[in-house]
Amino acid sequence: MELIVSIISGVCLLAGSFLVLSGVIGVIRFPDFYTRIHAAGVTETLAASLILIGLMLIAGWGIVLLKLILILLLVLFTSPTASHALGKAAWKSGLKPTNLKQRNEDRN
Amino acid sequence: MALIITTITLLVVIALALIRAFAGPTVFDRILAGNLIGTKVVLIIAVMGFLFGRPDFLDVALTYALINFISVIGVLRFVEITRRSREEDKS
Amino acid sequence: MRHTISITLVLSILWIVNSGYYTPLLLSFGLISVLFVVWIAHRMDVVDHETLPIHLSGKLLAYYFWLMKKIIISNIDVARRVWQINPDLSPKLKKLAITQKTDMGRVIYANSINLTPGTLSVDLKNDYVLVHSLTSDGIKELEQGEMDRLVTELE
Repeated sequence: MELIVSIISGVCLLAGSFLVLSGVIGVIRFPDFYTRIHAAGVTETLAASLILIGLMLIAGWGIVLLKLILILLLVLFTSPTASHALGKAAWKSGLKPTNLKQRNEDRN
Repeated sequence: MALIITTITLLVVIALALIRAFAGPTVFDRILAGNLIGTKVVLIIAVMGFLFGRPDFLDVALTYALINFISVIGVLRFVEITRRSREEDKS
Repeated sequence: MRHTISITLVLSILWIVNSGYYTPLLLSFGLISVLFVVWIAHRMDVVDHETLPIHLSGKLLAYYFWLMKKIIISNIDVARRVWQINPDLSPKLKKLAITQKTDMGRVIYANSINLTPGTLSVDLKNDYVLVHSLTSDGIKELEQGEMDRLVTELE
């Protein structure tokens, strides 16, 4: 039983690490600011949840589990607000998103 | 084993996010990278607490998550206000 | 009154979870701090249905369970696009009409849009939300209005 739980937690941790890595590569690769926010969102929702769930499975019952749930809730509540604030501030300051597809279609 | 791999990946991710923070090009890209590093530091503190067998570190992670959120909002306000006052100076 | 009881309960649970020590002295300190915070919250006049939406806590759970599936699907989609050699992105910005009546509903809707990667609410006004999407499919899916309808049902 213990072995199965530790295997599941390992899978969660590794999947979370992979998603974090893909998110940050998106932040580096994507062409403009607004698309980069989407890539950063990947690391803050599912990836963070998977890593924290992996830790919860190791932690077992107790106060540590409750604290991990608290951290997870905090991350899930604050990250959409932070990305909305970022997007809104950029929009208000007049940063325009690039429209790749349209530009290519116009050219053809 | 998975804990060590996760720690190393998170460190690599922070290094990669620093590239975006240096490259910019707008100030918002830099704030986005800063926010990303903040959430990753929360995760790294939690994971390393388990790696070294001291889950008490979770309190630090909790506080860091709160401070990270407030600092992002604060920096955005700061950017917005300085930009507005600069525009008023011009006109 | 219901809201006062619920804020006291929430704060007490938060204190007990974060403390980890259960001696009478420290528990009494906790009680004092919880009562102090409840008193401040009353003075600030923020103890109402907006800060403590207990009337929709049951329905909210079912909604977030539905949202979880959406989040997983869109996460995998965005991660797949990151690893493509030529990522096929078609970023789009569009105003979408919203049907929620209360501020609470609008905030839940915008928050759900932000929680699913691939769509981001850039601006939120009384009757519309400005959405930036990584692909035109993301906008199309929101336009079909399933999420909008579910949030309106919550209110």
